[in-house]
Amino acid sequence: MRTQRRTPVPAGAAAGAPRRRGTSPARRRQHRAAYLLVAPFMLVFAAMLVVPLGYAAYLSLFREQLIGGTSFVGLDNYVRALTDSAFLEGVGRVALFLVVQVPIMLGAALLFALLLDSGLLYLERFVRLAIFLPYAVPSVVATLMWGYLYGPDFGPFAQIAEALSLPTPRFLSSDWMLGSIMNVLTWEFVGYNMIIMFAALRAVPADLYEAARVDGAGEARIAWSVKIPAIRGALLLTAIFSVIGSFQLFNEPQLLSILAPSVIDSAYTPNLYAYNLAFTNQNINYSAAVAFLLALVIAVVSYVVQLSSQRRERNS
Amino acid sequence: MFRTRRTTTSLAAALASALLLAGCSGGDDGSGDGGGSTEPVTPEQFEEAMSTPTELTFWTWVPDIQNQVDLFEQEYPEIDVEVVNAGQGLDQYTALRTALRAGEGAPDVVQIEYQYIPSFLLDDNLLDLSPHQGVADLQDQYPEWVWEQVSRGDAVYGIPQDTGPMGMLYRDDLFAQAGIAPPATWDEFAQAARTYREVNPDRYITDFPPNQAGQMIGFMWANGAVPFRYDGEETVTIDLGTEEVTEVVRYWQDLVQQDLVGVDPDFTDQWYQALSNGTYASWLTAAWGPVFLQGTAENTSGLWRAAQLPQWQAGGQSTGNWGGSTDAVIAGTDNPIAAAELARWINVEPEPAMRLATEQFLFPPSQEILEDPAFLDAAPEFYGGQQVNRVFAEASEQVNTDFGWLPFMDYVYSTYEDTMGPAIAERGDMLAALAQWESQLESYAEEQGFTVE
Repeated sequence: MRTQRRTPVPAGAAAGAPRRRGTSPARRRQHRAAYLLVAPFMLVFAAMLVVPLGYAAYLSLFREQLIGGTSFVGLDNYVRALTDSAFLEGVGRVALFLVVQVPIMLGAALLFALLLDSGLLYLERFVRLAIFLPYAVPSVVATLMWGYLYGPDFGPFAQIAEALSLPTPRFLSSDWMLGSIMNVLTWEFVGYNMIIMFAALRAVPADLYEAARVDGAGEARIAWSVKIPAIRGALLLTAIFSVIGSFQLFNEPQLLSILAPSVIDSAYTPNLYAYNLAFTNQNINYSAAVAFLLALVIAVVSYVVQLSSQRRERNS
Repeated sequence: MFRTRRTTTSLAAALASALLLAGCSGGDDGSGDGGGSTEPVTPEQFEEAMSTPTELTFWTWVPDIQNQVDLFEQEYPEIDVEVVNAGQGLDQYTALRTALRAGEGAPDVVQIEYQYIPSFLLDDNLLDLSPHQGVADLQDQYPEWVWEQVSRGDAVYGIPQDTGPMGMLYRDDLFAQAGIAPPATWDEFAQAARTYREVNPDRYITDFPPNQAGQMIGFMWANGAVPFRYDGEETVTIDLGTEEVTEVVRYWQDLVQQDLVGVDPDFTDQWYQALSNGTYASWLTAAWGPVFLQGTAENTSGLWRAAQLPQWQAGGQSTGNWGGSTDAVIAGTDNPIAAAELARWINVEPEPAMRLATEQFLFPPSQEILEDPAFLDAAPEFYGGQQVNRVFAEASEQVNTDFGWLPFMDYVYSTYEDTMGPAIAERGDMLAALAQWESQLESYAEEQGFTVE
């Protein structure tokens, strides 16, 4: 946290720079050296990312049956996924999750970051660490812990409710489950997002604030009109990470399904569905197609988020 | 030869069983399916294989199985066995399927539960053990239903390790308090559930876990239902509409809808608590249940008793099985003779088999141990000195012989949780969910290329 983090450059900023094509021998030699230097990365990237992705794409075009072997089916798996209510319901569920949870989480993270940056808080370092700490807890451990807290009989919330003779909160019931998962995710990731925003705030030149104060702006006005616009890049970054994270929801529902197996079914989230298709149903091909469609959905939504933020930037 | 005590040397035993085997299988040209010869292994071949330095890999999740393996290695010093815990149940099967598919990394011997044997027969992944030393004549050593589970015609695909005939564990003190006697029939059980609930409004006589297909299928088995079958080729039978099945589902639906039983998922913290704090006064479980419960509800020691599963007809003697494992040999092994002998030896020879029953507390499949006073006379304090093993040994004789599985039980269980699960948890329409479960199984089977009957 001591290290100065650079504000992430908004994507697209670099694209505007004019590209010059060098043709001189010196330039070419430079290029060769550059390729040589990035070669180790490209090799690992190709072996660990591109090849598996390509293989999954290849798999998704086939159908393998327990009886009858493998046959090429073209895009059949994709067509099937698009009419598969289990998949579509899962996508709908994580979309709802995204729309509700991400604004709450990012809002809270931003609020904490601004409060910490304002220097108005006592015990600033302690508070910063306390908010960040949940992110250091592995998500599996966090989910197990919350699963215990949510327990309908012996969980602390249930016992407090009982002591006050209130109705027991049913955190693990089908109506509450999505909210309960949102809570776990928010608890886990507020600190992480806060740190990104806080680091970005630290990188904002202090003269901007001085200028604003000279113009008669109070702390709230500075936060709203100077700080938030100044860290738009960081906000966009956290938003896109959160979009991806929401669609890829897996650990938490997977673990909570042990406690509430009849609430979280095998297709509760698209990732859970892809996992179960591959390992329970032994339907690797269809699972690969579902995973690809999910990636497509994520790409589209991330792009929309990015685009809308750029438009806002241009309009302002 | 299995009833006689162990003969002097392994060579003598091998010779004797080979002679027996040769005698039995004379003129049998073998209904050979898949690879692997059905020619009996000769004593010379056996002797040679067992005295050649060999390395075997054995995947199992039985705790302390190394003890049995050590005995085996003493018996056959040339054979070196590496025991690997590749996960329990589904995790192991996933790893195994991956290894089989990759064509390398699969073990020689592997623990497989009864209901998963068919799924590994699909690609002829399991070795037919019947030509191997002392296997074909094992049949009479087990209750008929156990042999039925591991064999297909003359072929044998696993050596039984433990079983789970179903029975009932109940809290003697809580039953007495509520003024109910251990129910002998399901009608009595339903009546007892109602009485119990009237006396204890916050408690239930038992839990009916919405996630536990194993228990439900065991109840169906006890009622003589045969919902699943697989012919070993391309045909599966899925029949969840029979009277034997619907009678069971309707019965539990009544109890569930009238709020006479709990609907917590089992094997969760919540459920462990409920068993130890008296929220549930009984557990309809299998022969592995008594030892498991001792570890879970220590504080209730002395208060539990065991009884037979309630019957559909007064005076009936019929139960099902829930759980239990075999050791099987992977068809691709380089050392089939040594691998088959490992699977047989640790589960059949008196010393290792007895230790499995008395040290690892695996409920023994073999008649010999089921009749052995050393096993039957154990009177654990947890059950107030009751000879619990006797109860389940009796249950083992009452398991219905005829029962089959589908070659994709993972899917069967997961769709059960998706369809029956919510219906039970929400105390809803379980019969509609049953129909839904059946139709999902049928369409999956068809999609996978099976002929569905």
